[in-house]
Amino acid sequence: MRAFAQIIKSLFLIELLKGLSLTARYFFAKKITIQYPEEKTPMSPRFRGIHALRRYKNGEERCIACKLCEAVCPALAITIDSEQREDGTRRTTRYDIDLFKCIYCGFCEEACPVDSIVETRFFEYHFENRGEQIMTKKMLLELGDQHEKQIAADRKADAPYR
Amino acid sequence: MSDSTTITIEIDGKSIQVKPGTMLMDIADDNDIFIPRFCYHKKLSVAANCRMCLVEVEKAPKPLPACATPVADGMKVFTKSPLAIAAQKATMEFLLINHPLDCPICDQGGECELQDVAMGYGGDVSQYDEGKRVVNDKDIGPLIETEMTRCIHCTRCVRFGIEIAGLQELGATGRGENMRIGTYIESALESEMSGNVIDLCPVGALTAKPSRYTARAWELTHHDSIAPHDCVGSNIHVHTFRGLANRVVPKNNESINECWLSDRDRFSYQGLLSNHRLRDPMIKVDGEWQETDWNTALEKVRDTIADTKENSGSDQMGFLVSPSATLEEMLLLKKLANGLDVSNIDHRLRQVDFSHQNQQPKFMSLGLPIEALDTIDAMLLVGSNPGKEQPIIAHRLRKAAKNGAEISLINHRDYSLSMPLHCQLTESYTGLVSLLAEVAQSLPGFNATSLPQEAKALFDKAEPGEDSRRIADSLNNKKISAVVIGNQAINSPCYSLIEVFARALAEQTDSTFGYLTEGANSTGACFAGIAPNRKLGGEIEDRSANTTTMLSEPRNLYILHNVEPEYDFADPVVAVETMIKSDCVVCLTPFISDDMKIYADILLPIAPFVETSGSYINIQGKIQSFKGNTPVENTQARPAWKIMRVLGNLLHIDGFEQLSSADVLQEFESELSAIKADNQANITEVCVLDSVDSKLLRSSQVNMYRVDNITRRATALQKTPAGQEDAVHINSNTAAKYNLNNASRVRVKQNSTAVGMPLKIDNSVADNSVWIAAATNVTKKLGPMFGVIELEVD
Repeated sequence: MRAFAQIIKSLFLIELLKGLSLTARYFFAKKITIQYPEEKTPMSPRFRGIHALRRYKNGEERCIACKLCEAVCPALAITIDSEQREDGTRRTTRYDIDLFKCIYCGFCEEACPVDSIVETRFFEYHFENRGEQIMTKKMLLELGDQHEKQIAADRKADAPYR
Repeated sequence: MSDSTTITIEIDGKSIQVKPGTMLMDIADDNDIFIPRFCYHKKLSVAANCRMCLVEVEKAPKPLPACATPVADGMKVFTKSPLAIAAQKATMEFLLINHPLDCPICDQGGECELQDVAMGYGGDVSQYDEGKRVVNDKDIGPLIETEMTRCIHCTRCVRFGIEIAGLQELGATGRGENMRIGTYIESALESEMSGNVIDLCPVGALTAKPSRYTARAWELTHHDSIAPHDCVGSNIHVHTFRGLANRVVPKNNESINECWLSDRDRFSYQGLLSNHRLRDPMIKVDGEWQETDWNTALEKVRDTIADTKENSGSDQMGFLVSPSATLEEMLLLKKLANGLDVSNIDHRLRQVDFSHQNQQPKFMSLGLPIEALDTIDAMLLVGSNPGKEQPIIAHRLRKAAKNGAEISLINHRDYSLSMPLHCQLTESYTGLVSLLAEVAQSLPGFNATSLPQEAKALFDKAEPGEDSRRIADSLNNKKISAVVIGNQAINSPCYSLIEVFARALAEQTDSTFGYLTEGANSTGACFAGIAPNRKLGGEIEDRSANTTTMLSEPRNLYILHNVEPEYDFADPVVAVETMIKSDCVVCLTPFISDDMKIYADILLPIAPFVETSGSYINIQGKIQSFKGNTPVENTQARPAWKIMRVLGNLLHIDGFEQLSSADVLQEFESELSAIKADNQANITEVCVLDSVDSKLLRSSQVNMYRVDNITRRATALQKTPAGQEDAVHINSNTAAKYNLNNASRVRVKQNSTAVGMPLKIDNSVADNSVWIAAATNVTKKLGPMFGVIELEVD
């Protein structure tokens, strides 16, 4: 009996038609493919892309060199040197993130007591030379300045869940 | 099983036998039962003002502070009962009311007692929403940073000042919310042990200024080491941050430094990071300095040595060695000298009187363990200012003095030792011997027949005063007594006479005789034979050569190990002149200076104390070894013992096959374990006193923060009031005699040298003498530490 059913199935191409029906369903369904980079997918405010260092509104850098991000970083990607700045405040003289080591876990952002180091939505970047993967303090602050509006909006959107 | 001397108590259900009268906290600590605390410290008195250690005691109506509750028989204590925990949590909540939430920028973060205890006993949400207390910070000097808002008023720092440093500099003003810790009148802390309040402070109110904001506690790697600036050999932990020394903290050693550390040992590490570090071997070619590699430099040294030996003879070579060099370096240097047949080798750089050098003991030591100073009954210190020279010794003596010991001083100047003194006598350096003669004279039944001729004459002339009688009585009547001669006595031109009298006094009053020496390893230098009249192993032979004879006629070749002639000699001017006149000067040094570029010809970079391994023998004869740490980046510096080993091999001398510094010591293991520091000696040869009557005499002490090349480059120490001392001190009588009462600056003339210096009227200085610190940037251009001096208004 089972052998007979098998013969019928293969004779009338049942399996093939089944498969083709799926193809047809998707052929006429609404398309979800987007034309990257012209089109982009929606993003969560929690997206963890490249890092940035933020400033306060008065232009003062937020980072106080507490080194908690450095301590919490599971990949040891962050290196910080600190000193007492002339005005007596605690500041970094070096803030390096090695993007080859970074695993984008977002722990640094979570550890930061002053919301200084953040991971932005920006994830499209590349390096052409050895050594370019080290993000220095200057580069991170520039990124922060560039994306501050978006960063602030994202923190605000996520604030109720923190 | 309780007998009459112990009672039984119960803590958390555990039955414990204890001595009556002990505090609960001590018993809990001994039995590994944790009770939180802030104000309690085992070395300080009980204040019981933080209330963090409240525990429940059966039948007591309220929780009791464990630190201030003596045990009673049958007491039942609960440290973790609901009542105790509730009391501790409530205390914690009150402490946190005013403590700022600035842990991320606080240097104490990560090693903070408040943080730790708050993790266990703090609430997760604060109920307090009023304004917090804010307190102005005080400027208390270049060593300690204050952040007084963080203070929780445990008063450990205040009690440290009163009880340990002997100098109450910090105090509490106001009450309750308005209580403030501070100096009242703004001033830098002057105690030579002030840095200990950094360790004592349970929060971040007092932190180290030199290392402020540079590293977090969790990033530091710690290495055990031995402090290299005095003969005590304090045990330390060196904390390094990415291979560089970042701070030094004490390592507990009850028999040496307890849990304290002098500021010099704590902050000298800054010198290691100085930009004067010598990075590569350098040689002078036609008057121009060139950096070179090790091979070239060492071959040049070998050729120079071989050349000098062949053409001018071994006598034309001189080795001058720092008394703070490690024992391994000294042993190899001595071997090198022996192999080259050189007897000119010395570590006694600031000593000038060598009359009795052939009769001195095999090892110079304190004669008793450092720990035993706590329980001494009477002591006479001659030519010594332990407060500045060996702060840990001063701390031990302070402890003894508080328990009623009679500490007497005979010095060139009234040194404030911050302790109750029995008697303090001052005289110029020649008068000091007469004072000793007076003390001897007032000793009933003093037998002067064994004294050498010179001393006997002084003894016969002496007319004892009331004070010398009191000193003699205290030495004679007290059970445990000691006579100790210090750095200034050893550097004095009357050293041999001082020693003869001190020894006679000690012998005839059944006291211990001892020395307090310069450098970290003078006793080691005796063992290694770093003196023309000592053999490897310390044995003394009859020789008349010494540092002075080595310098008086310039030799063709000098090898300076860790020495800077412009600071490290009794007469810096003569030392530098001699070096300039010499054909070749080889410096093994971690640092380069402008002076060095003038007199030196070959510079070999050596690794200083944190970076090399080695051993020191401290003043009680204890050998303490330490390991080396990774050397500073970008430097070719090598441990000095390795350099000497290579030199030994290059010169084909036997006995230079060691693979580690421990191998060097291994060879002398049996001799080292047999070191007997009994100071036994019979001295008959003494110096002849020059007639200096009615002349103005200079006496001096090496500035406490300029004792060696590392401390001289420790920037924070140099900024302290003690580090900046550069005045001519003179008492008002003497000033009046020389019409200097109104002068603010004087021109100081000594031998052929003259410099201008500020004048300070200071009645602590003895009559007819002036006191000028040695080894400073000004006095390096001045004549010997002790001698005739002239002053005129500048």
